[in-house]
Amino acid sequence: MNDAPVQIVEQALYEVRKTIHPRAVHGWFAGWRWALVWATQIVFYGLAWLPWNGRQAVLLDIAHRKFLIFGLVFFPQDVIYLAVLLIISALSLFLFTAVAGRLWCGYACPQTVYTEIFMWVEQRIEGDRMARMKLDAAPLSARKVALKAAKHGAWAAIALWTGFTFVGYFTPIRELWDAVWTANTGPWETFWVLFYGFATYGNAGWMREQVCKYMCPYARFQSAMFDRDTLIITYDKERGEPRGKGAGKGDCVDCSICVQVCPTGIDIRDGLQYECIGCAACIDGCDRVMEKVGRPKGLIRYSTTHALEHKLTRAQMFKRAFRPRVLIYSGILWTIIAAAGVALWQRVPLKVDVIRDRAAISREVEGGLIENVYRLHIMNTREAPRRFDIDVAGLPTATLVGEAGVTLEGAEAKLVPIKVRIPAGVLAAGTHPIHFEVQARDDDNVKVSEKSVFIVR
Amino acid sequence: MNQFTSSFWSYYISVVTIVSILACGVLLVAQSKRRVAGGTKDTTGHTWDEDLGEYNNPLPRWWMWLFWITIVFGLVYLALYPGLGNYPGLLRWTEVGQLKEETARHEQQFGPIYDRYAKMDLKELARDPGALAIGQKLFLNNCAQCHASDAGGSRGFPNLTDDDWLWGGAPETIEQTIANGRNGVMPALGPALGEQGVKDAAHYVMSLSGMAHDSIRAARGEATFKQICAACHGADGKGNPALGAPNLTDRTWLYSGAEPVIIETIASGRNNTMPAWKGLLGEARVHLLAAYVYSLSHNPK
Repeated sequence: MNDAPVQIVEQALYEVRKTIHPRAVHGWFAGWRWALVWATQIVFYGLAWLPWNGRQAVLLDIAHRKFLIFGLVFFPQDVIYLAVLLIISALSLFLFTAVAGRLWCGYACPQTVYTEIFMWVEQRIEGDRMARMKLDAAPLSARKVALKAAKHGAWAAIALWTGFTFVGYFTPIRELWDAVWTANTGPWETFWVLFYGFATYGNAGWMREQVCKYMCPYARFQSAMFDRDTLIITYDKERGEPRGKGAGKGDCVDCSICVQVCPTGIDIRDGLQYECIGCAACIDGCDRVMEKVGRPKGLIRYSTTHALEHKLTRAQMFKRAFRPRVLIYSGILWTIIAAAGVALWQRVPLKVDVIRDRAAISREVEGGLIENVYRLHIMNTREAPRRFDIDVAGLPTATLVGEAGVTLEGAEAKLVPIKVRIPAGVLAAGTHPIHFEVQARDDDNVKVSEKSVFIVR
Repeated sequence: MNQFTSSFWSYYISVVTIVSILACGVLLVAQSKRRVAGGTKDTTGHTWDEDLGEYNNPLPRWWMWLFWITIVFGLVYLALYPGLGNYPGLLRWTEVGQLKEETARHEQQFGPIYDRYAKMDLKELARDPGALAIGQKLFLNNCAQCHASDAGGSRGFPNLTDDDWLWGGAPETIEQTIANGRNGVMPALGPALGEQGVKDAAHYVMSLSGMAHDSIRAARGEATFKQICAACHGADGKGNPALGAPNLTDRTWLYSGAEPVIIETIASGRNNTMPAWKGLLGEARVHLLAAYVYSLSHNPK
């Protein structure tokens, strides 16, 4: 034991966030990130305006419970497709993460994409890292106010456009556009445009890496999908250390470019950290420096723990990508995609739900007949009117009373009351399975058979 | 509720709530800083599995503000709304009050529509598509549970689509039935008539509507019928709408026309209740319902 008095230090468990000013970076991976920014944003901002058969191609009409996606019309009863879509997304995430770490985080996550756009605006207006740091430290001046106002103005414009586009997927965007200019938007439209816009502005402008570090659950549980053969962004310690310039030193010249370009403010040379979103900005930064100092590229590179430890060649490393975990994820993923594809391909544009009267179970009507009452909820998921014939099957003595057909407008749902009668005494008391067969008059393939029961007491 | 509990519990709850909230604040202050021996300040000092240390990764300060905001929100909420024992809150908000407010707003919105219909004659209303649409919604929500969604009734619950009425089918009578309810009682005659007597009466009833029956039993039953049953069902068995006594000469049966069921009805009696809807729905809605029910058997088409 040391006899010297132990110095007691007071330490804050909360601290003011230090603003990160990432340095602009160019290179192979930055190119990929920008390609994905363009791809995702052209789809997001553009798709809402795409017309399709005289209507918006993608419109999630919650008020009328109709979800129009190109040629398909979905009703709330189709929620299984949404579930399948979410399962496919989750499995893809598992697969990509197992193979190459946080690909989603680094290239395609909206948080990354919008931060990238907002940082580009910031850099155009305020300058690169050093200029921004100087500006932040400078006392208030007309120039500072002008620059900050310009930046926030530009951010707000992008954010509002994003909020407007988002709402444009739920309410026809062309009508919304007219409503915006005549200040005629409904209360909820206004709220969501502003709310989504505010969230974009706040998250991409102010919160940035804090969303990934403190708020995003995926960022925290993804490490469970990593293994020793997962591609991660690594610093080759053996090659780089000891750092510095001169004889006897490693390849790392300790220029700190990798730290300056990092959007989450970490030093990749400390090894894999939970803050690392896998954006590969440090790879691009380091490669440029290596080029300049005449050393081989790849001091910081995509590699695996295994490859670093055993000095595997790239071919050996990539071969290890075909390991059971990856193959199982891929197998399940492709099976589900194929099944969903077939289900969508063979989807009949007609849905039927049978709603039995709950209390009036079974009744006797004139002529010694037993009668059950049903309502058929018939949904025409084609966008053209259609005539449907209704029939009952499963019990030979059953007859249908009421309209044996119904005409539905395009994408319309209707409740059709139906009575089924059976002579008394033919069937024992109890439940008897029956089927309602609804069939389009103009197409034999558009047919749905929905089961129900006939009750005798 | 207050009369059942001592005011002690009100104070008890209030004190526990406020002390808990303040304790959260104290905890927040106490835990936002820590004192450590110099030299180990990079880690929190916790070790697991012999050598696993935990780095101190301070949360951003705005995160702590979120905690303070919840504390302030909690206190403001408790000041405005009832939450602290019997304290009613500055806004005097109550669930009942909110219901009244919403009901009043609803009445204001839809009242004029109902008022317009309330002034119209039932027969006229039965031809008004707007009124019938509202009537059908009311029917599906309130009446379909017993009378079925197509109003065709069920065992024990009359069919409303035929023109056969227990209590009379005049529009005003239908409105009265809905508004005030009905209670139809068939007394149990089993003890008085005995097993054979009941069976005889049943066969006479079956003969009234021309069903297959045992004519000897029916002849015996006729005497019983004239003596006892005729008081309500009439000497000719055609019933009496003033009492809700059904017509036994037609083929419409509330329960069933099968022999065992008729025997059961006579022996054990029936007790049917149509609830009164005036108190729940109000006169205006009952008026619309009556028009809808009337329209079912008087199709204007």
